[in-house]
Parts: sequence; structure tokens; C-alpha cells
Amino acid sequence: MSRSGVRFSSRALMADQRAFAEQAMEYMPQLYSTALRMTHNASDAEDLVQETYLKAYKGFAGFEQGTNLRAWMFRILTNTYINSYRSKKRRPEETELDDVEDFYLYRRMGGLEAVRASRSAEDELMDLFSDAEVQSAIDALPESYRLAVLLSDVEGLSYKEIAEDLDIPIGTVMSRLHRGRKALQKQLHDYALARGLTDAIPEASLEAP
Amino acid sequence: MTNDPNTPSGVPFAVTPDCERVMAEVDSFLDQELTDALRSSIAAHLESCSPCFEVFDFEAELRLVISTKTHTVEFPDTLRIRIEEKLTYLRIEGSGATESGGGGEPRREA
Repeated sequence: MSRSGVRFSSRALMADQRAFAEQAMEYMPQLYSTALRMTHNASDAEDLVQETYLKAYKGFAGFEQGTNLRAWMFRILTNTYINSYRSKKRRPEETELDDVEDFYLYRRMGGLEAVRASRSAEDELMDLFSDAEVQSAIDALPESYRLAVLLSDVEGLSYKEIAEDLDIPIGTVMSRLHRGRKALQKQLHDYALARGLTDAIPEASLEAP
Repeated sequence: MTNDPNTPSGVPFAVTPDCERVMAEVDSFLDQELTDALRSSIAAHLESCSPCFEVFDFEAELRLVISTKTHTVEFPDTLRIRIEEKLTYLRIEGSGATESGGGGEPRREA
């Protein structure tokens, strides 16, 4: 997971919009994959990324030199999504999340060693869930939690960057991430249960090893 | 350390106050949002406390699972081409120049 973006060192380079366009191109696959998760639709995702690049190009004068270009691109993407796509496709704010206990999966799976021990040798946590399950577990989150989790766990943006993108305080970012991740863990556990991959482990076995 | 099942809220095993302090920072630690001092103090605790370490290890692995499994989207190269074309067009339009490519025909004033 990368938390660092490109930092420009040359002011001359910064002044050149053409150079910007070239530098920004490398983020396109990341922006596209996030756009796809936001919109759930390849055609909308392409439009969203294109709009992001056109806005970034035109608004490049507003980019603060020495700051993180990747984070800036994600901010434009997120804002464009919220302003143009979300209202069209999804309800603005869904239900609150149920309260889920901390360390939901750990409590039920009992740590990595237990996961390995209880499954065949090649089975790791990584193999326990399919791509589709992880993706649909994220999709199942209420919108505001989903965006925070996407930007953090999928794209690796910092709390501060997410706060700026979503225009919310850092404390709110932290609580949305915390609650969103717990709900995500519960959803993943439900999938595992449904497939019979893991037993419902009783609470009594949740003590320290 | 005891195995009292009546564990403090939110922590999946019986803990020392030190464990409790460390477990409250799992998110911030894994998100790399802590000061260096706090980070090293937690890392030091994890070296000597295997129950805490196991929780951190599990949560870190889960983050990796989520990140890995969500980066499987195939990027459409046609999109890159489309955007590059639009940007080139904007640049040419913005600079007021035509792309006459060196030895092309001279521009005439209308």
C-alpha cells in the first residue's frame, strides 16, 4: 500500500501544464478503479475520470506547489463524483450502520495462525475471500462510509486528504473508517459463513491464546 | 495476564493497561497516522506482547487482502487515448497556436 504521491521539485515544471498532464497520466488506472467502485458502471467511470482530467488541467493554477498531485487528483475525482454522479445514481445518504463490535473478524477467526491451522495448508486469509466478495462487501456500505473506506483502504489516502476530499473533519473520517471497517468485516464474515468456509465460533473461544 | 472472558470493551482479550492503550491505536497505527514517538512505543509493546501482536498482524493482513482484491480492475487503454486527445486539443486551443509541425505551410492572416 502506497501512501506517498509524487512531489514536484521543479517550479519550472510545475508551471507547464503540459508537464502536468504527463505527470498526472500515471494516476489514471488508480483513478479509474476508484471511479468504477464509486459509480458501479464502466461508462460512468470513464466519463468521471475524463471529467477529472479536464478539470484538473483547467484548474491547474489552483494546485499548490509541493503538495501531493495524486491526492489532488483524487480530490477532484471525489468532488466530481459527489456533485455530478452520486445524486443521479444513489440516494444522498442512506441508513446509519448497525453497531458492530471491534475486531469482529479476529474474534471469530482467532488470528492468522488459527486461520491457517483450521484450513488446509495453502489457505491464508488472502484466499478466504474472493475479489467479488471483498468488492461487494465494500459496495454494501452506506455511501459516506463507503467513500471513506475506498479512499483509505483501497487508495491509501491519509486522514487529512480524505477529510479534504469529503469536506468533513478528521475526527469524522476516523469514526467513519472505524465503523465502516467493522461493518466490512461483518459482511465478509457473513459471506464466509454462507459458503461454509468458517464455523460460527462461539464467544467463549475468543480469549487470549 | 488473565484469561478473564469479561474483557474490557472493544478489546478481544484480557489486557494490561498498556495493551488497552495500544489496542486503541490499531487503526491509526496501520494507517500510518501516528507520531514517530507513539509509533515506536507501540512497536516496542508489540515485540513483547504476542496477543496484541496477533491482533495487529491480523488486521494488517486484512488490509492487505482488501487492497489486493480491489486492485484487479482492468484499465481500458482507450480511455487514456481519449483523455490524451482531449488534453492535447485543449492545449492547442489554449495556446492559440496551430500544430503546423515545423516545415508545414505558413499561416495566413484572414
